[in-house]
Amino acid sequence: MADQVAIAGGEATWLPALARRSEAVVIPLAALAAGLALFALFLLTQGKSPVEFLAITWKGAFGSAFSWQNTLSRAAPLLLAALCVALPARLGLVVIGGEGAIVLGGVAVGAVGPHLGAVPAIAALPIMALAAMSVGALWIGLAGALRQYRGVNETISSLLLAYIAISLMNHLVEGPFRDPASLNKPSTAPLAETLRVGNIPGMDVHWGLIAGIVGCVISWVLIDRTTWGFAARIAGGNVRAAQVQGLPVGRLILGFTALAGAFAGLAGFFEVTAVHGNANGSLAAGYGYTGILIAFLARHNPLAIIPVALLLAGFDAASGLIQRRMDLPDATILVLQGFVFLAILVSDTAYGRFRLFAPERWGR
Amino acid sequence: MTQPFKTVTRRRLLQGAAALSGATMISGLPFAARAAGPITVGFIYVGPRDDFGYNQAHAEGAAAVKAMEGVTVIEEENVPETIDVQKTMESMINLDGATLLFPTSFGYFDPHILTLAPKYPDVRFEHAAGLWTEGMPPNIGSYFGYIGMGQYLNGIVAGHMTKTKKIGFVAAKPIPQVLQNINSFLLGARSVDPTITCQVIFTGEWSLAVKEAEATNALCDAGCDVITCHVDSPKVVIETAAGRGAYVCGYHADQSALAPELYLTGAEWNWAGVYPKMVRTVIDGGTLENFQRGGLADGYIKMSPLGPAVTPEAKAQFDATLAEMMKGGFAVFKGPLKDNQGNVVLEEGQVQVETDIALESMNYLVEGVIGSTS
Repeated sequence: MADQVAIAGGEATWLPALARRSEAVVIPLAALAAGLALFALFLLTQGKSPVEFLAITWKGAFGSAFSWQNTLSRAAPLLLAALCVALPARLGLVVIGGEGAIVLGGVAVGAVGPHLGAVPAIAALPIMALAAMSVGALWIGLAGALRQYRGVNETISSLLLAYIAISLMNHLVEGPFRDPASLNKPSTAPLAETLRVGNIPGMDVHWGLIAGIVGCVISWVLIDRTTWGFAARIAGGNVRAAQVQGLPVGRLILGFTALAGAFAGLAGFFEVTAVHGNANGSLAAGYGYTGILIAFLARHNPLAIIPVALLLAGFDAASGLIQRRMDLPDATILVLQGFVFLAILVSDTAYGRFRLFAPERWGR
Repeated sequence: MTQPFKTVTRRRLLQGAAALSGATMISGLPFAARAAGPITVGFIYVGPRDDFGYNQAHAEGAAAVKAMEGVTVIEEENVPETIDVQKTMESMINLDGATLLFPTSFGYFDPHILTLAPKYPDVRFEHAAGLWTEGMPPNIGSYFGYIGMGQYLNGIVAGHMTKTKKIGFVAAKPIPQVLQNINSFLLGARSVDPTITCQVIFTGEWSLAVKEAEATNALCDAGCDVITCHVDSPKVVIETAAGRGAYVCGYHADQSALAPELYLTGAEWNWAGVYPKMVRTVIDGGTLENFQRGGLADGYIKMSPLGPAVTPEAKAQFDATLAEMMKGGFAVFKGPLKDNQGNVVLEEGQVQVETDIALESMNYLVEGVIGSTS
């Protein structure tokens, strides 16, 4: 009977599928438009032109090859930082202390790097990356372990650990690891030129971008295409059910938080080897916190992190031009982000509420 | 199970759609033509440009440049010392046509300016406080002022005004510039009364309002009755100290509006006097020095007008010392001088005048400062 309906419906079978799929596109777009509309009203109250604002934002973020590279450069650390939030989130853990793993990963590179001057780059770079990832894994893994073995809330502990990490970094780069030649900006000794990570050929963007994208793809495969990821999603959905099924929830928590921390540590590795050339206080640039925003907007889907990070980095890249051309304070772009994020988060409640997207409405 | 797939599609398309909507909205809308002066000058600040401190001092300089004929000034605030500042500089060069940049935060120098300067040899990078040395790109200039002189003058007034013989200093980090200011402040006070001590608290960060307030309160609790500071924005320190009834000496910019009765004087940058001259030199095709320093006499720094509480004796010594400094070659650091660990840092007869480059690597606190560099 059902088969007959389907055959009889013939050409109409694609309609229900389209309706269902389009919901996931139309609603966020509408939310984006709503956010922009609200922001336009805000601009009008400030006596500025919304059209000019959009034009400049476009130009500054995506309007030219230079703008694209500007956006991509800023996106590079954000991809890895967002993974530090998204991976534990699939287990139902809210880890917000990625900043700590980033800065300590950077410090690890700053501490190890100067001793590797005689080692060929092909060996030294992986050693430094490994050091950064290990320290990051240890740091966020600690939040996971506290959660698993002591029942400490991982959100609070990871945040507090981030504060400790930043203080520890300041102590280390101003104390034991300080290069005495760094006078007014305490830093570790500079890395040898051969140990610096360069740009992607043909672009003014360092290799951290590729690492971030690869990290996102690997994470997606892990979560969506392996039994480990499947087990993690079960545990994230219902811990009791997962335990009853005999899934190793404890090992999953430790493994996922450690992997998350390793990604954040890798972001620290690129900050030191590709940008700064040494570890210093500027490592605490807030990437870990922006990563939280990105992961939540991407609904903790590793592949969705890529476009969301680009959008955020684009806003960031444009904010300078907005300041300069429209004489608006730098907080303007934060107001825009606020409106867009609020609209997108509120739009989550809109799913399943419109008959238009219901497959039944279109035949089935 | 289908959730992940759903979100992928949605987010992916979100970005594409954002691009699309943006493109449709701007198509056919030409940009307003930028006024093309003979030169476009870019200023970059690490914090807000109205911070009553370091950034405001530079922004006042930028405002003075803006008033010049035919100069286009572009500014950007809150730019972190990361890849962000490199991209901001490049954006100013590529999109706004800037040929003279003032990236004003110390941390912008190495590696950010050093990375970009060879890439844009036709752009002039002028950086506050950097130490340009032979071998660095020739299109970089490092300029700074001997503001320790100002802290010495602050100290003289503080020395006259303190009743407890204890003065306080809220400091960001124990780096040479800051140590020199702390030492100068105490040595100024000790030129009035050699029994005065100065307690210092390091907050560890350039801008951390909560710790600055805590440190100020702690100094007041310890009996310090004149407070000054070296952090990016002295606003919190000045307001907190004045709220506790302590006298305050300013730093970076004029903070007298924050504590009109208790503000004694302040060591200020005079970038509004310096920047227009530098820009004029560039417009006229002249060359700026790669390494440039200046003091009170050169107009690089200035003092806030003395506040209403300052006594005639304090004013007399302040004026006399200021006049001495205006002649140039003044020395705050003279032997015999010990650090607060008891080590002799300057022998009898040794003198470090304000231009002595060795002062820029100071690593000790002088005797009488209560605090530690590590």
